[in-house]
Amino acid sequence: MKIHLKVWRQKDANSKGHFESYDLDHIEADMSFLEMLDVLNESLINQGKEPVEFDHDCREGICGTCSMVINGKPHGPQKRTTTCQLHMRSFKDGDSITIEPFRAQAFPVIKDLIVDRSAFDRIQQAGGYISVNTSGRPVDANAIPIEKDYADASFNAATCIGCGACVAACKNASAMLFTSAKVSQYALLPQGRVEATTRVLNMVKQMDAEGFGNCTNTGACEVECPKGISLENIARMNREYLGAVVKG
Amino acid sequence: MFSSSLLRKLVMALSGLFLISFLALHLAINLASVFSVELYNEWSHFMGYNKIVQLLLQPILVGGVIVHFVMGFVLEIQNRKARGAQGYAVKGGGTNSSWLSRNMILSGAVVLAFIGLHMYDFWLHEMTYKYVEQLPVDTERYHEFTVAKFSTIGRTAIYSLSFILLAMHLYHGFASSMQTIGLDNKYGKAIQAFAKVFAIAVPAGFIFIALYHHLNPLQ
Amino acid sequence: MAVLDSKVPQGPLAEKWSKHKNDIRLVNPANKRNIDVIVVGTGLAGASASATLAELGYNVKTFCYQDSPRRAHSIAAQGGVNAAKNYQGDGDSVYRLFYDTIKGGDYRSREANVHRLAEVSTNIIDQCVAQGVPFAREYGGLLDNRSFGGVQVSRTFYAKGQTGQQLLLGAYSAMNRQIQRGKIKSYTRHEMMDLVLVDGKARGIIARNLVTGEIERHGAHAVVLATGGYGNVFFLSTYCMGANVMAAWRAHRRGALFANPCFTQIHPTCIPVSGDHQSKLTLMSESLRNDGRIWVPKKLEDAQAIREGKLKPTQIAEEDRDYYLERRYPAFGNLVPRDVASRAAKERCDAGYGVNKTGEAVYLDFDSAIMRYGREKANTMGLKDADDKTVRELGEKIVEAKYGNLFQMYEKIVDENPYKTPMKIYPAVHYAMGGLWVDYNLMTTIPGCYAAGEANFSDHGANRLGASALMQGLADGYFVLPYTIGDYLADDIQTGAIDTNNAAFDEAEKAVKEKLERLMKGSGQHSVDYYHKKLGKIMWNKCGMSRNAKELQEAIEEIAALRKDFYENVRVTGSADGKNQELEKAGRVADFLELGELFALDALNRNESCGGHFREEYQTEDGEALRDDENFRYVAAWEYKGEPKDAVLHKEELEYENIELKTRSYK
Repeated sequence: MKIHLKVWRQKDANSKGHFESYDLDHIEADMSFLEMLDVLNESLINQGKEPVEFDHDCREGICGTCSMVINGKPHGPQKRTTTCQLHMRSFKDGDSITIEPFRAQAFPVIKDLIVDRSAFDRIQQAGGYISVNTSGRPVDANAIPIEKDYADASFNAATCIGCGACVAACKNASAMLFTSAKVSQYALLPQGRVEATTRVLNMVKQMDAEGFGNCTNTGACEVECPKGISLENIARMNREYLGAVVKG
Repeated sequence: MFSSSLLRKLVMALSGLFLISFLALHLAINLASVFSVELYNEWSHFMGYNKIVQLLLQPILVGGVIVHFVMGFVLEIQNRKARGAQGYAVKGGGTNSSWLSRNMILSGAVVLAFIGLHMYDFWLHEMTYKYVEQLPVDTERYHEFTVAKFSTIGRTAIYSLSFILLAMHLYHGFASSMQTIGLDNKYGKAIQAFAKVFAIAVPAGFIFIALYHHLNPLQ
Repeated sequence: MAVLDSKVPQGPLAEKWSKHKNDIRLVNPANKRNIDVIVVGTGLAGASASATLAELGYNVKTFCYQDSPRRAHSIAAQGGVNAAKNYQGDGDSVYRLFYDTIKGGDYRSREANVHRLAEVSTNIIDQCVAQGVPFAREYGGLLDNRSFGGVQVSRTFYAKGQTGQQLLLGAYSAMNRQIQRGKIKSYTRHEMMDLVLVDGKARGIIARNLVTGEIERHGAHAVVLATGGYGNVFFLSTYCMGANVMAAWRAHRRGALFANPCFTQIHPTCIPVSGDHQSKLTLMSESLRNDGRIWVPKKLEDAQAIREGKLKPTQIAEEDRDYYLERRYPAFGNLVPRDVASRAAKERCDAGYGVNKTGEAVYLDFDSAIMRYGREKANTMGLKDADDKTVRELGEKIVEAKYGNLFQMYEKIVDENPYKTPMKIYPAVHYAMGGLWVDYNLMTTIPGCYAAGEANFSDHGANRLGASALMQGLADGYFVLPYTIGDYLADDIQTGAIDTNNAAFDEAEKAVKEKLERLMKGSGQHSVDYYHKKLGKIMWNKCGMSRNAKELQEAIEEIAALRKDFYENVRVTGSADGKNQELEKAGRVADFLELGELFALDALNRNESCGGHFREEYQTEDGEALRDDENFRYVAAWEYKGEPKDAVLHKEELEYENIELKTRSYK
């Protein structure tokens, strides 16, 4: 099939970006979206032009590296699917596709479609862990039974891949879904309760310091999340936070 | 207290909930104007001359309104900044969230403008009556004055339209405030449903009153 | 080059590790503050090692090419992690895990290392649970296990189909804690370009900042390479796109011996290649073989018709299907180990029975499982005379509960419903058992340079069992390396900070810059991917699932020629002074073009068939692998001498004091 592309090109963080148009023939429905971009890049290289740079790594929907906004939607039109798992069969012959980087003040563009998401790392560093050292003899794993429902809910929160689609989708560029997923994972486990107060305070503080927006509960994050992380996590974080503030 | 995004949200939610509770009270009093002239006058007089209402509750209410609106604009400015200067060429908001939720600032601004008009219509009049002209107490004046306000089609229309915007604002805002205060248990769904019904029923009540008085003018 | 000394401690097998821990030197906490360690790679091994080293008090610098440590490819591991906890009371023990791993590796791994791995496996689970890793649990609140990879006990701990993700995020969280404390400095979007040796010891690295293009010098008292495997030498693999051998290969060029490069694992259940545009392959968990039956048509004309789209698999009658694994290996059937299953699939496809366009796919059919489960369910529901339709519906629900997410992933990629039509699968490169040679302390032949996780050759011999990669990565990082590195660093308590202005750093930086310039200077005939794909084809066709001397010889020559062509004619667009993914790829492919040749040389040298290494000349009458314990019971460790084909072989003889070498049989 034929595809018309409009791709954001930006040399580096300090340059002004612009859209460029490309036409591709012979795109197969079985190609993944990124393989379609590989084809584009191969042809650009053969013309001596610089290829379009985009983040990608595992290409199986789990590492969270791929990003980009495809026709206005982070990770493209297919629900619960990362860009790398999107296939060209989701498009029709002759379609126009606009590809933009994730947009947020806290995610500055590095080049073309690549953005800097290190703000997420810093949020995690602020408290996204349980303070336990490695040692040869910690408590036996089965010494702390955990109710299956809680364990499962904790797991569901923990499946966040940290891709940033929630921020990209949110009109306020809020990182609440991401932050709350980590807060929830630990808040739901007895091991995590010990530091629950300081964790939520510190992580929220860092989230704010990074320049993410305020949540206004539009729910766009949940809809666009490729892993289906639930808004319940945000409610839980709100609760945890209020509790923590009251506790002091 | 405004240093954290979660607290700012909380302020929005709590002030919103406070205003919602006031709205319910307001509707109850106004409904009286439809059913009983005496009752409406009696309640209005109480609200107008009771020391606790006037000196304690009224300033709190005004404060609530100011906090809610100022914070609303602050959040909007911060959020626009967080989004960054470069917006999306293709906007996908319509596919992942409701128009109402994305345009609270718009519906809120209209409601704010309406409150201005409403204050001009009623509150300014009261203040002038009581404190500027220092006219004598008249427990019978309220109903007549209220009904007279809706004699013109224009004002009735503006009021009705504003209430539609208020309904839109509440439809997202009420349920959203529940999420913000962390409500998420087995009653959560029922409360959310109640919030949505409330968001439509209360403004509808106000519209009903406005239309009723417009269609039943003073003899 | 000194003779390889594995430094395996004396004494009974089960006591070696405890004894060793008691005997090695320690560094006192005050001195640890003065010692810097570089860890390259932040997957399970790298993240766990850096977190633990930082907890102990060392100053750690971590490097990863990804934008965050959390994205390392350990995250993609699906199945689970083995541990000899014996929570299920089914007779598991440290010894059994040790034995299964040695046997599964076809007796080409070091006894003492494997036993240590089995010993510390139980600590891994304790550690991860303490960190908040949400493993699957039973209704009683205790940890759940499943059986995996055809062993006879249930010792695999899992978190749905995302065990690797959860374990990596656990290690990443431990890292984050140390970053916050200031004990780890994390360098992301940085690639190690060279290892720096000062007076014969590893004392730092040269790294490239992938965003700015700057070449940076980083000094340390020891360097840990936890950079994963080299499977991307095949171009198509289940590895992530960025996986590369650069760090390990640069260490090799600086003197670290590279062990058993020809031992790579080809995983039998991957989604087949769909066309020339293919950039990577996706694994379908091995657990599918518990219920799926693998077959191809019995008649060549049926296979032909299927390839041409004239016939559907569901139209082939039961008697016209060849369930070749069940036919060849009646005892283990579809549950034979990975190497055996992969080879059997290739054999059928080579014989012309493949079932997709390219003839490189076999069926994995869930129909009988669906009907079996459905019938059972119908019976328990009291529906004694349920019709086939009802039974099928019930069965599909049960299969969905077990494998729903995998079926969904398959449908997303292939656009076929695996409940209705059999899945198509084909083997794909998945893991590298070979890697940098390390001694018992995980130190390479360069003093102060360590290798952990998949990057070392270590514990899996010639074939890795399922759910063992996660176990090894975490064992190395959490429990082995942080101890053993102290023994070496004890000499460095008075060294002081490493000066990166000395001649060795100058020389290394210059070499790196020259190399980059050379890559930028190609005449511009072909893209980097062009060469990578060509290399991949040579590797897959001549060094893949079955190998022979003639083709390996050809491969050595072809790769050398391709390498020459690459340097002359590659086209790298852009500049070296900023973000340039083409340049990044070019550097990686350049190293693959050397490793590939050594790979072929190693395979040519190993005149036997064992595990993932199958030499056509060495097989039994019925086509099974023929091991040669007399002549090849050794680790082949190669010393760099310029051209890869000139590499010098060093042998570490493998001694088996505790178990008897047997021929693996799955019949």
